[in-house]
Amino acid sequence: MIPLGFDYIRAESTDEALAALADHGDEAKLLAGGHSLLPLMKLRLATPAVLVDIGRLDNLSYITDAGDHLAIGALTRHRAVETSDLVRSFAGLLAEATSHVGDPQVRHIGTIGGSIAHGDPASDLPSVLVAMRATLVAQGPSGKREIAVDDFFTGFLETSLADNEMLTEIRVPKMPDATWGFQKFNRRAQDWAIVGVAAVVNNASSGVGLVNMDSLPVRAAGVEAALDAGASASDAAAVAADGTNPPSDLNAGPEYREHLARVLTRRALEAAGR
Amino acid sequence: MEVAVTINGQTYSHDVEPRTLLVHYIRDTAGLTGTNIGCDTSSCGACTVHINGESVKSCTMLAVQADGQTLTTIEGLADGDVLHPMQESFRQCHALQCGYCTPGMVMAAISLLDENPSPTEREVRIGLEGNLCRCTGYHNIVKAVLHCAEASA
Repeated sequence: MIPLGFDYIRAESTDEALAALADHGDEAKLLAGGHSLLPLMKLRLATPAVLVDIGRLDNLSYITDAGDHLAIGALTRHRAVETSDLVRSFAGLLAEATSHVGDPQVRHIGTIGGSIAHGDPASDLPSVLVAMRATLVAQGPSGKREIAVDDFFTGFLETSLADNEMLTEIRVPKMPDATWGFQKFNRRAQDWAIVGVAAVVNNASSGVGLVNMDSLPVRAAGVEAALDAGASASDAAAVAADGTNPPSDLNAGPEYREHLARVLTRRALEAAGR
Repeated sequence: MEVAVTINGQTYSHDVEPRTLLVHYIRDTAGLTGTNIGCDTSSCGACTVHINGESVKSCTMLAVQADGQTLTTIEGLADGDVLHPMQESFRQCHALQCGYCTPGMVMAAISLLDENPSPTEREVRIGLEGNLCRCTGYHNIVKAVLHCAEASA
């Protein structure tokens, strides 16, 4: 399978990438590692007229300690996140979940920013950012702006990034004492999660994000409220599917996914010591 | 668009369409057909090659993304008639049946041991999760990787 033809622009700087986006608007797509975009292009489900390759912007590949949060460049590869001592120490849930993204080959080239900006509700990492209440940094022609993760995902493969903006940084609150659990249920190794759950308990507050339980990555707000009110893991997990609208596909229907969400949430919370 | 890459120590430079996949560049343009195309959807790993020493699936990359990079394919492993230790382990452990997945398995296994020189059996199985063997010959493939790790220790 070969993608439909496109014009290729290799950006040598963030400014060049932004200029290309400004020129081509919604005709253009950014190419980072390409492991979400290229499969769609090969299936002709995505047919961008212009591909702006940002894969060589090494200045957007970093993991730094920024005081109360870790700052992760959007082009940091999954393998770097997974093996980072900083991430393991301050955002263990993110390190663990990243080690479940795709397979080793995918993690060698796929990037955290690409995965997040793709906005796929079946991806693992959005659930982690929801659970940890991350902040996304977008850069556009008029500068940078911060977007809370709850405002970032807006629909199936849709985000609040404007056509002329690019995701440049992911800010994850440091949680050195947090406990966490990540559960991913699939039938075959390397598959997307049929349902997944990312849960973190940090001091008295909790965060729970769900994978593939709606048309966009969602927060299990009812579970969080129950936990914060002192509920047990199994009592809190009982409301994990409340308010969700899970998809139906060859793997599972909505009812099965709702069941999985409750079971996996309980397991994730138990792993987090609740 | 001009794409220049170093594959197995040799420089290749060709004018290709931007939509050319890396695996097609390797097989059809550079003429190195040891790298196979299996599923063509980044699931099976038959097309695994190394870019700057790390395993990647060449069916899910554009050739233009590899421009200026250093690649290794299955043809670049042996030193003349002397097989790479991983190839030798696959031979000794009968780690292939039909052989279609083998180039990708070998490339993935070498990358795995580069990152984890002494893996457990479970770590080998997880580390090769991106490679499918339609003969289901995993038992001896895992044995070969563990054998190679021991032999290199």
